[in-house]
Amino acid sequence: MSIDQLIKEANIHSAVHDKNTARLVINKDKVVDTNTVEGLKVDTKEIKDGVDINISLEKNTVVENPVHLCFGVTHKKAIQKIVINIDIGENSKIDIFSHCVFPNAVDVKHIMDGKIQVGKNASYSYTEKHIHSEEGGITVIPKAKIILEENARLKTIFELIRGRVGSIDIDYETTCKDNSVMEMTAKIDGKGDDIIKIKEAGNLIGKWSRGVLTSKVAVRDNARAEIYNKLIASAEFARGHVDCKEVIQGNGKASAIPIVEVSNPRAHVTHEASIGSVDSKQLQTLMSRGLSEDKAVELIIDGLLS
Amino acid sequence: MGILEAKNISLSINGNKILDNLDIDFWEGYVHAIVGPNGVGKTTLGNVIMGLEGYRDFEGDILLNGKSIKKLNVYERAKSGITMAWQEPARFEGLTVEKFIKAGAKDKSIEKVKDALKKVGMAPEVYMGRAVDKSLSGGERKKVELASILAIDPKIVILDEPDSGIDVASLENIFNAIRFLKENGATVILITHSLEVLKQSEHAFLLCCGTVLRRGNVEEIRQYFEDKCIPCDHKNKPEQNGVKL
Ligand SMILES: Nc1ncnc2c1ncn2[C@@H]1O[C@H](COP(=O)(O)OP(=O)(O)O)[C@@H](O)[C@H]1O
Ligand SMILES: [Mg+2]
Repeated sequence: MSIDQLIKEANIHSAVHDKNTARLVINKDKVVDTNTVEGLKVDTKEIKDGVDINISLEKNTVVENPVHLCFGVTHKKAIQKIVINIDIGENSKIDIFSHCVFPNAVDVKHIMDGKIQVGKNASYSYTEKHIHSEEGGITVIPKAKIILEENARLKTIFELIRGRVGSIDIDYETTCKDNSVMEMTAKIDGKGDDIIKIKEAGNLIGKWSRGVLTSKVAVRDNARAEIYNKLIASAEFARGHVDCKEVIQGNGKASAIPIVEVSNPRAHVTHEASIGSVDSKQLQTLMSRGLSEDKAVELIIDGLLS
Repeated sequence: MGILEAKNISLSINGNKILDNLDIDFWEGYVHAIVGPNGVGKTTLGNVIMGLEGYRDFEGDILLNGKSIKKLNVYERAKSGITMAWQEPARFEGLTVEKFIKAGAKDKSIEKVKDALKKVGMAPEVYMGRAVDKSLSGGERKKVELASILAIDPKIVILDEPDSGIDVASLENIFNAIRFLKENGATVILITHSLEVLKQSEHAFLLCCGTVLRRGNVEEIRQYFEDKCIPCDHKNKPEQNGVKL
């Protein structure tokens, strides 16, 4: 029953019933369903309060269908630790959707510790979608260290799809070798007494490496957000951009600290940070079209974070 | 009795009297115009009727079908069937034209959005995915504003300077949209200082110094407006200049 709820909440019905789609479904500290495809190896080991996962993709392998990982906790109170190691072979390509589903959480802590290597010429995308309860009793602490080999590509997206943030503390760091490209994006909408902390870092150590760090956060009610995004470029022709955008409403508080460090005269990194509020004229306009204040704020923030 | 009446409206902002004991009423299903030169209080009156923030604290009363709506906020007034297209519409970063138009529409189908855009002369496939932000020209933004009004099927609609920023070629689209609103049974209130727009109405009010100086048929108001108000011959101080209110 609990598995059904996870699959339903994560909306991965078709993936679960397709033998050509790789997946791994975990509820708290138990592996409840798994499937893999050619070239992709998924090893799991149940540990105290969690699961240790090793995923490796052979070289020269393109995984056609996105891989679905579902890290769920259907319990009200629990700790879930995910230790994950991902190794993408040379010239390979994979897209992973990670569904973090805590629909009943009153007091749930989800800790993720990731190490990811993306081989030469390989391409890796990781989309993390969070579905939380409306209680806000969730603490999410995702950490990842990522290495991109020459010519590798990385794209990560962190998104809260539904429910309250609770407390989120993201810490991602990517090191980029020659000609590699990384794009890391976080999009979070905080309400109530949510606390959001985002630390994205990129080290452009390779020639011609490129990176973009983007954070878009809204805070309403009494929510708090802090963004520290840091991009360091030390190689010739490295190019980077840091973008922090925050919207505040009500008693929300936000800070954005983009840090750029350039130690090579031929590298170039730019940044922008903005903290805005929902404008009264926008609000009044939508209300004059028959939207309640809440609905209007939602639509405006939705646009700002898109 | 009109569908909408404003009675003895007075409003001061920062100590300046902007609306002065103003009386006005609108008949159901008619296209009305409120004309007057810049600064006489036309937009302010529209804002007061719509119930916008900052325009709620006035003397007098506003009645919809005989019932006071004075205490209702902008959302509640919208819910009772009143809406407004702004003289200078707000811009929304990241919000698509499609979502913006859908926002107020009861029928949220894609056909409704397309239809509304077509009615103001905009190609849906070009504009639906665009953002309602700085990247739209002033005229485009005005047309999107009007399209969003059309999609609502409002009972009462205030169009504040619907032609501002609109090029001659598109003017006819705006006028068609006004006709469409009327055919749909809406009561239309055109706020304007343009003779072209005035001609689209069936009944007109001339505003002067925050009050209604004259009301009557369009031709009569047009002539008075053209003779006395372009340019304004008393610099917005009618009593002092012997103009009979
Ligand atoms: N929020 C406001 N604060 C200060 N003055 C205002 C405000 N709204 C309107 N006014 C003043 O009221 C007068 C009437 O303005 P408005 O209603 O916009 O005129 P119109 O639409 O007829 O050109 C102007 O002098 C304008 O500056
Ligand atoms: Mg005006």
